[in-house]
Amino acid sequence: MGWQIICDSQELLEMVGVRALVDDRQVAIFRVKGKFYAIDAIDPFTSAAVLARGVVGSLNGQVVVASPLLKQHFNLETGQCLEDDAVHIKTYDIRENTGKIEVLV
Amino acid sequence: MNKQKIVVIGNGMVGHKFIENMLAQEKSEAFELTTFSEEPRLAYDRVQLSSYFSGASAEDLMLTSAAYYRDRDVNYVLNDKVAAIDTANNKVLTESGLEQPYDKLILATGSFPFVPPIPGHEQAHCLVYRTIEDLEAITESAKQSQVGVVVGGGLLGLEAANALKNLGLDVHVVEFAPRLMAVQLDEGGGQVLQDKIEALGVNVHTDKNTREIVAGEGARYRMNFADGSHLETDMILFSAGIRPQDELARKHGIAVGERGGIVIDNNCQTSVENIYAIGECALWNNRIFGLVAPGYAMAKVAASHIAGGTEQFTGADMSTKLKLLGVDVASVGDAHGRSPGCKSYVYQDGINGVYKRMVISEDNRKLLGAVLVGDVDTYGTLQQMCVNALDLPEEPEVLIVPSVEGGASSGMGVDALPDSAHICTCNEVTKGQICSAVSEGATTIGAIKSATKAGTSCGGCVALATQVMNAELLNLGVEVNTDICEHFPHTRQELYHMVRVEQIKSFDALIERHGKGLGCDICKPTVASILASCWNQYVLDDQLAGLQDTNDHFMANMQKNGTYSIVPRIAGGEITPDKLIAIGQVAKKYNLYTKITGGQRIDMFGAQQNELPLIWKELIDAGFETGHAYGKAVRTVKSCVGSTWCRYGMLDSVAMAINIEQRYKGLRAPHKLKFAVSGCTRECAEAQSKDVGVIATADGWSLYFCGNGGMKPRHADLFATGLDDKTLIQYIDRFLMFYVRTADRLQRTSTWMENLEGGLDYLRTVVIEDKLNICEELEREMSHVVGTYQCEWRTTIEDPEKVKRFRTFVNSDEKDSTVLFVEEREQIRPANEDERLHFVASQSTDKIA
Ligand code: SRM
Ligand SMILES: Cc1cc2nc3c(=O)[nH]c(=O)nc-3n(C[C@H](O)[C@H](O)[C@H](O)COP(=O)(O)OP(=O)(O)OC[C@H]3O[C@@H](n4cnc5c(N)ncnc54)[C@H](O)[C@@H]3O)c2cc1C
Ligand code: SF4
Ligand code: FES
Repeated sequence: MGWQIICDSQELLEMVGVRALVDDRQVAIFRVKGKFYAIDAIDPFTSAAVLARGVVGSLNGQVVVASPLLKQHFNLETGQCLEDDAVHIKTYDIRENTGKIEVLV
Repeated sequence: MNKQKIVVIGNGMVGHKFIENMLAQEKSEAFELTTFSEEPRLAYDRVQLSSYFSGASAEDLMLTSAAYYRDRDVNYVLNDKVAAIDTANNKVLTESGLEQPYDKLILATGSFPFVPPIPGHEQAHCLVYRTIEDLEAITESAKQSQVGVVVGGGLLGLEAANALKNLGLDVHVVEFAPRLMAVQLDEGGGQVLQDKIEALGVNVHTDKNTREIVAGEGARYRMNFADGSHLETDMILFSAGIRPQDELARKHGIAVGERGGIVIDNNCQTSVENIYAIGECALWNNRIFGLVAPGYAMAKVAASHIAGGTEQFTGADMSTKLKLLGVDVASVGDAHGRSPGCKSYVYQDGINGVYKRMVISEDNRKLLGAVLVGDVDTYGTLQQMCVNALDLPEEPEVLIVPSVEGGASSGMGVDALPDSAHICTCNEVTKGQICSAVSEGATTIGAIKSATKAGTSCGGCVALATQVMNAELLNLGVEVNTDICEHFPHTRQELYHMVRVEQIKSFDALIERHGKGLGCDICKPTVASILASCWNQYVLDDQLAGLQDTNDHFMANMQKNGTYSIVPRIAGGEITPDKLIAIGQVAKKYNLYTKITGGQRIDMFGAQQNELPLIWKELIDAGFETGHAYGKAVRTVKSCVGSTWCRYGMLDSVAMAINIEQRYKGLRAPHKLKFAVSGCTRECAEAQSKDVGVIATADGWSLYFCGNGGMKPRHADLFATGLDDKTLIQYIDRFLMFYVRTADRLQRTSTWMENLEGGLDYLRTVVIEDKLNICEELEREMSHVVGTYQCEWRTTIEDPEKVKRFRTFVNSDEKDSTVLFVEEREQIRPANEDERLHFVASQSTDKIA
């Protein structure tokens, strides 16, 4: 396990996701109100790597991204799907370190 | 205070449910929970196990996580089997030598697959279907096999057959009994199911008793049957039933049933007072329950009993509804008609493969059971009638005979159900609970799911739960909340007004003044659209980009596999040969699927995110501009050839169509907008099915408003006749801007007009007579939009910073490896699930080779 550098932090716009390839896994990365989040980019409902391209927002106080395909919401903190208790996706530890975004893998 | 030590053997679905129930007890801190699992992972969703073959990972199936247990001080030991119970000293011993004392012990050891002792069954590629490890082994074996046999034609066997089919094998099902699903179906139902499954290419062999498995000639093995016949196969999957895992009980003198299963009472206590058994290992009233719902009920009872509660286990409904190999099957209650004196109704439709049987009581009053194959629409009603012992309607057959259009329906709406009716059997949710969730504010099925858990396990009850919810909303006369979402206590119209009047230019400013929270996928795109209608800024401006739905954000339509389609504008459907060639060349170069759309233009599918700017650069160089197929915006203006070529044409419909399309292109609205212009009343452009339709007559243009095709087609209404070019455009300007100003989010012009008080006449007074005195304003607003038009794709490719955002990965130039295409009719199309599995499988074998 170690921190892997992904990109410069200014490449991440507020509330606009980006996709990164981290050890062959597609990871969706977000910046929301100055906090960073990283989750699996693959939408479990469609198997398409689209979650970085969803609209980010909040629902009942949880920070979420909506899948652009079938619109399910995923909690960015926990990976839990709000519409289906049985579905949750992997989350990754992420941090900003001297101007770089790093993900723990 | 000394905590009471609770030890749970088995961390399967039910063991985990028990732990959740203990944690939910009021005095949960009085207990110390420890669980042991023989499997290498914490509880996962065995019911959904087969989804592993359609792409779900082991992780997706998890019901809990190490963090969840750690945070709640639940001790767990994985990969270690409990080998003995010391009932005298109240402790358990594991295979690895751990010792754990207990005050209360819960046996939640589930069951194991029964493998008939057929000689040869212990060889390689003879497998079972119960755990994730089993599925891994099956996947491995399938890679080296062409033919697969499933032994056992029950529920699980057919599920396993489907999995093998998806893995690309040639599949056979071998059943000992004379029919499939012998436990649930009667003979007629079994036959219909068999016909349907065979039609799907799965071979079914009933009445087959396997005598031995020996080496094969054409395949790896040969199965010899008692009747002298045989079958060759490369792999064998045993699914011949399950046996309760009662080994520990047997060893330590805890009572077990004659045919296995740990005997429990209504408290779920075994013959040893401080030892409980729950789930598939438990035998209650001489019955084993091989489903998860009764196990969950036991978990609840045991937890309640330990915490001093009084809940009792009193049996469970074994009704089931499934989709097996694409065939709907359901059974309810006493499906076989074993109750004394009972009678049956049978409905059989040999053409469509539908079989329904209903078992009713001797006095014709109650429904005792039912079997449904091929059409299970009435499952919910029948199951509820059965478990709640409701009175049958006067002519019970209406319940299974398909209702003739316009004829009387069965009249058994959800209103007839008592509050105690179990709507969701998996999670024990009653009608009453759903109704109270509705009155507490849950008004969507999503909210009902989170509030009650109904519909969150097998999903079979979602339709019924939705009916209950809707009926209750109706009963409550719930005033429909018109707030667009939780972030703004306003309608779209109010937001539009605020943006206009207060000159608001960003979402942040709007939410700061009039809303709360971060926004969501409802309000952000809505506000983006309002801002665009009012100010028409570039959609990818830094402060606007995050508001756009993905289609607007990437200025292309996302397809099911995450790639995009591209639709350049072809105004009025008119295109030069050179432009046609240019589209052909671009499509060829980037290997895109091309299709003529229903809107008289050309769509190119299968572009990857990073290719979009490259493709657009070439299209723009060839003279194209964006077609806004991705936006809630003006889409197309269809035309017919009109007076230029057609012998009937009254006016130049193509020129007018192009004129209109050029004027309104780029206008963003509450929903998409479609237009058409026909050259005469023969109406070849189908203008009367459009939001704005124009038809040429001898006296000038006739103008139609508010039509659409789509889900609920509606013909447009004739708004005005005999118009000249100028008046025509003036009316359309006013009409469109008035719609933009006052419609709801995602409301097409037709529904908007139908909800407008005064309807079409009112619209005439606004647009023609200017009763509200706003026409000048509306025209000014429109001319702002027209004057500020930009092709947003051109703006984008001219800005390297924006182009960067289309990279697939921020940190790599690799391609998205989840995107796979196959060829069909000489073009690409997205690979389907089966093909993807196959591809991934062959890829990994390649790697091994
Ligand atoms: C491509 C096309 C089908 C085709 O191959 O012909 C198409 C494709 C889609 N249509 Fe359509 N519609 C297409 C013509 C139509 C037509 C025919 C027409 O325009 O003459 C209709 C009926 C006419 C109408 O809208 O009144 C039509 C009625 C719909 C509807 C239902 C609208 C309604 O009010 O009921 C939807 C759903 C929606 O918009 O909410 C829809 C939605 C969609 C979406 C956006 C669904 C989606 O979200 O993925 C499809 C994406 C297109 C893409 O990826 O490019 N599409 N769609 C047509 C594109 C026309 C174009 O050149 O832009
Ligand atoms: C493919 C498949 C599809 C299914 N579909 C459905 C369905 O659609 N609807 C439905 O209601 N049910 C379905 N079921 C049945 C459902 O999965 C079971 O009813 C449910 O899992 C039972 O839960 P349980 O906790 O009693 O047993 P299990 O989930 O089997 O858990 C028991 C656990 O205890 C462990 N264990 C056993 N002995 C020991 C020991 N000595 N020490 C430590 N650990 C031990 C086992 O390894 C196992 O992990 C399906 C089952 C399968 C396999
Ligand atoms: S009809 Fe349905 S499936 Fe076909 S393109 Fe339109 S929206 Fe898609
Ligand atoms: S009945 Fe299975 S989820 Fe409701």
